Amino acid sequence: MDLNLFTRHDAYRWQINPRGRMRVPAVIFADEQLIREMDDKVYEQVTNVATLPGIVQASYAMPDAHWGYGFPIGGVAAFDPDEGGVVSAGGVGFDISCGVRTMTTSLAAGEVLARQQEVAIALARAIPAGVGSTGGLRLDAREMDAMLAGGARWAVAQGYGTREDLLRIEEGGRMSGAVPEEVSDHAKKRQRDEMGTLGSGNHYLEVQQVMDIYDPGAAALFGLRTGEVVISIHCGSRGLGHQIGTEFMKRMAMAASRYGIQLPDRELACAPINSPDGQAYLGAMRAAINCALANREILTHLTREAFTDLFPRAELMLLYDVSHNTCKLEEHEVEGRRRHLYIHRKGATRAFGPGHAELPEIYRDSGQPVLIGGTMGTESYILAGTAASESQAFSSACHGAGRAMSRHAALKKWRGRQLVDELAGRGILIRSPSSRGVAEEAPGAYKDVSAVVEAAHQAGLAKKVARVEPLICIKG
Amino acid sequence: MAGAGWEHFHHVADIGVRGHGATVEEAFVQAALALTAVIADPETISPTISVSVQCEAPEPDLLLVDWLNAIIYEMAVRSMLFSRFAVTISGQRLTGRAWGERVEVARHRPAVEVKGATYTALRVAEEDGRWLAQCVVDV
Repeated sequence: MDLNLFTRHDAYRWQINPRGRMRVPAVIFADEQLIREMDDKVYEQVTNVATLPGIVQASYAMPDAHWGYGFPIGGVAAFDPDEGGVVSAGGVGFDISCGVRTMTTSLAAGEVLARQQEVAIALARAIPAGVGSTGGLRLDAREMDAMLAGGARWAVAQGYGTREDLLRIEEGGRMSGAVPEEVSDHAKKRQRDEMGTLGSGNHYLEVQQVMDIYDPGAAALFGLRTGEVVISIHCGSRGLGHQIGTEFMKRMAMAASRYGIQLPDRELACAPINSPDGQAYLGAMRAAINCALANREILTHLTREAFTDLFPRAELMLLYDVSHNTCKLEEHEVEGRRRHLYIHRKGATRAFGPGHAELPEIYRDSGQPVLIGGTMGTESYILAGTAASESQAFSSACHGAGRAMSRHAALKKWRGRQLVDELAGRGILIRSPSSRGVAEEAPGAYKDVSAVVEAAHQAGLAKKVARVEPLICIKG
Repeated sequence: MAGAGWEHFHHVADIGVRGHGATVEEAFVQAALALTAVIADPETISPTISVSVQCEAPEPDLLLVDWLNAIIYEMAVRSMLFSRFAVTISGQRLTGRAWGERVEVARHRPAVEVKGATYTALRVAEEDGRWLAQCVVDV
């Protein structure tokens, strides 16, 4: 993007002052190179979001921002229901509550590397992944509604995962305010066979090695030690969330004019929070958050089974579970006043600082773990929320590397088999039902995750705690 | 380029599907084939089972999104892939049929699931006597 479009506040904060129908400024967090290379569409979308009714303070984009649907991926925006604020299906995205969770294993990398092939095969067998894969449980109508109301707590009650896990999941594992009745029969039918499945695209399960520790205090609280193995899972609310996103995108796009909302882009489909359409969406979206939390809990259970078969002494402890496609009601300070706001994070991670009341006791001193998924060929990062992040973008940070190249272009540039062989040469085993899927997800198709994380760290959105590198990646 | 056909077009995170043909119906059929090709090679999919689809929308472009979303839904709940399509449009109403078979990973080598058709780069229009139907799909 052209740097002349911005007022530069500091090395990592770029502002677009209100013009036209913008109600607030737009702010992008990035270093100079990231912003130069950022898609022009981010500028268009982050300023479009600034025109929506009831937006508070500013429309934000994280350092990994790229072209999304209505909102940029990496977009953060807060809305006040008492000022006509809206909730937007596009501002949450199609994969509602897509997120990352990381488990520590207490195993040394050497122990896993000695049996790397065996581990990869066992995990690929245990984790249903890719198009057409189905999970081991099929829910009837009553169980489906119980899952949508109960989230990971429902999963634990069914024997998947442990009670200790629940403390280490946002919302204690269960999003309150879910209304399963607002979830259509189509959405529920689409989920019937998909509980405990990973999905495809950029979703993965990775066995990783902790390479560097940047903040020993926080790392100790997180249970991270250099040279040990952790496991991360990236996936979301599967078909149910996709269907809810699709249905409400249309419903809100058609209803917007009825509420007197002028949409600069149909993908910004939204409805006032205090309206029947807004409330219906919130009820359904929260049910989808529970679906994602339950799904990741089941996948955690399957991972533990596979791992402890091979390493009976391994104890897979959940470090934390974050969702990066959500809209949540939170309390934030704006110009010295505490306000209850609906925070949209589309491809952005919540990053509450130390002492925040919503953090579990164990992380009160460190701040919230912020899990940043990189690519299968590079690295991922674990960060922590800081006190400063509250004043930056409503305690939000980046969510991943962010794509730099289209799937179409990636497919022309790389061959899946060749990538798998290349990565194997570097000690990284990839297991995927689709070699084309691997090519589309080539590490080179993403931005440099280290640059994204460094920008988030320097901008004060979150602080770096640890860096991990992949050993095994199960791709959908 | 004469006749009907389909292609994919660029979107940084996802993928665009575009169909064209002599009629709007033909363009919709081709867009559905482009959608299938995001997931697998249509040539590998045998059109043995048929599924009927109906949708309704006030604008032709919204009807395209509904049509593609209806196909995405049928693929998901039936674990099927489709390689042949037929479409009739009457006013705001679309009646369609899709022929295909159940997914077989070893034979179809499906690359990616499609989450939904979107309003991004959405266009249904007649240009120089030929119809175009396109949008970006989220994968």
